[in-house]
Order: sequence, then structure tokens, then C-alpha cells
Amino acid sequence: MFLKRANRSHPEFRVGASEMWPQAPGMVAWGLMTGVAMAKSGMSLFESLLMTLTVFAGSSQLAAAPLLTVDAPAWVILATGFCVNLRFVVFSLHLRPYLMHLPWLERISHGYLTTDMTYVMFTRRFAHPGDTPEAQNAQEAYLAGSNSACWISWMPASVTGVVLANFIPTTWGLGFAGILCLIGILCSLASTRLRIVSAVVAAMVAITTYQLPFKLNIVVAIAMAVFACMSIEKMRRKVAA
Amino acid sequence: MNGSTTWETVAIILGLAAITVITRCFFFLTRKSASLPHWAQRGLQYAPIAALSAVVLPEVLMTQGHLLATWMDARLFGAAAGVLVYFWRRDVLLTIVAGMAVYLPLHLGLGW
Repeated sequence: MFLKRANRSHPEFRVGASEMWPQAPGMVAWGLMTGVAMAKSGMSLFESLLMTLTVFAGSSQLAAAPLLTVDAPAWVILATGFCVNLRFVVFSLHLRPYLMHLPWLERISHGYLTTDMTYVMFTRRFAHPGDTPEAQNAQEAYLAGSNSACWISWMPASVTGVVLANFIPTTWGLGFAGILCLIGILCSLASTRLRIVSAVVAAMVAITTYQLPFKLNIVVAIAMAVFACMSIEKMRRKVAA
Repeated sequence: MNGSTTWETVAIILGLAAITVITRCFFFLTRKSASLPHWAQRGLQYAPIAALSAVVLPEVLMTQGHLLATWMDARLFGAAAGVLVYFWRRDVLLTIVAGMAVYLPLHLGLGW
């Protein structure tokens, strides 16, 4: 976390932050629109601000806000939040070997602050968990820098969105900047042919299963894409053998 | 701002915050658990791009739960411009700038 001096003063902290800065305009626009959407769903100012400051998960906030204002049962809202966040469960499995050497509270604070964007950039920069203390410190500092930059570009924008909700029409479509930001990262990940297959399969499955409740289409799409790629890998090995 | 705040709503919001922590930390909440099997480690290299694609493509290609029925949609052109600029310059910020430069005039000017 940025609270730890050793992280802030490590050169990788700056690397992590500077790799995050180009995505900041997208995060700002997206945070702004999430704030606007929450406030416009009918939640009170206090509720919107509390949600913005504590939940820190755009898609889950957007899914929960309308449910809250129609007085849906608590367990339905919480279950929806969980399902929308299921992809992070997969990410945490991936991050586990990178963080396990840390004390509990530090692991949890890194995990809490790690978003789609910073997870993707972190695992792109570090393909393998560090096996020396120096490598582990560098990775932790990078993650802390990138998470800090992400939080700083998202949070004030999101709070501003809540407060200014009545002056920014959603029809301007500024939220599209967030999508463009994700598109850029998506392209940067398309480094092998099988990864492109993974993206294509996931997109097709996510669209055809869009009607599933709780955004489960995303989970199904990830599962099918990974399964397809691993099957192709297996067939290739058989052909080669 | 409308509506009064009830303690129940506050509790639900804090519950959602707890869910953020639980899902993002799921596999390192506790120390116990075995190491990942080899197949899972290999599978993970395909998961991030699949997740992003599953989140992004429906946002570009669908409207209100259905595939776009027309090509006159500003998102298509904005996204295409973004992809082209990304592979030209390999820069995410330029991707956003170029995409918005194509998207906003079509969206606000022509109403696509």
C-alpha cells in the first residue's frame, strides 16, 4: 500500500503510477459517469457518497444502485454485488503467489485496491511472482503505485459526479471514454494468437448469454474462452507429439 | 437530492464494500489452501483478456440487451478508431483521445 514508506520510495512505485497515468482520463470520465448514474438512480446524497467511498467497484455500484432504490431484499443486492465481482475471485487466484509473503492486513489492502486495470497491468509487467525479497519488494511497490494512481483518478471524479449529477446529462456519453480505455488495454493484451481466440470466444459468449441474471454472462464467457484455448493447446500438443 | 437515509441501506452499502474486499482477496484471505494445479496456472494467461473482452464487447455491440440493428452507432466508429490508433501508436491515452474525437461528434452532432 502507499501507506508503507518502503513502497512509496521504491523506484517501481513511480513506474506503476506512470504506467497508470495514461488511463487516468478514461478513469476520470468513467468515475464521473458512475457517480452521476448512482445519484440519478434516486439514492440520497449521503448514500451515494458512502457507496462511492467504500465500495470502490464501478460495475457493482452501477448494478446495486437501482436495486437499492426499489427496496430489493438485502440478500438479492449483496448476491448481485458478489456475482458482478466474480471476475475478481479469478484475479485473486492469480495474484495469490505474488502477495502471500505479506502480512494479512497488507495483503487485504492490496487486494481491496486492485481493479481490473491495475490487475491487468501488474500481471502483464510481472509474468511470474518474485522469488527473491528484492523482486517481491519491487512487485509490491509497482502494484502500490499503480493502485494509488488508479484510486486518485477514480475517486475525486466519482465524488464530483455524485455532487454535480444534476448538471451533467448522461446523454453526453462521456462514459464511453472508460470503454475506450478498456479497449486499449484489451489490444495490449492481444499478444498471442490464442489470446486473440480467447477474446473472440469470450465476446461471442458474453453477447449470446447476455440475458443471464447478475451479469453471469461475464463469468460464463471467461470459463468458455479459457476452456476453448486450453483445448486448442492440448490438440496442438497431440499433433506435435 | 431526494430520499432519507435508512440504517438498513447503510448496512447494505457496507455489506457491498465487504463483498468488494472478499471477492478481490478471495484466494489470499487465509493462508491455507494448496498451490495451483499446473493446468489452472496455464489457463490464467487467457483469463484477463477474456474478462475484458466479455465486459467491453457487449458495451460496444449491444444496446438495451440486443445486438445493434444499425451501423449508424457512434460507439462502433469510436471503438474502431480506438483500435486502429492503438495498433498504430501502442498508446492507451491516444486510443482514448482518438476514439472520443470520433465518437463525440457522431454522438452529439448526428445523434448516432
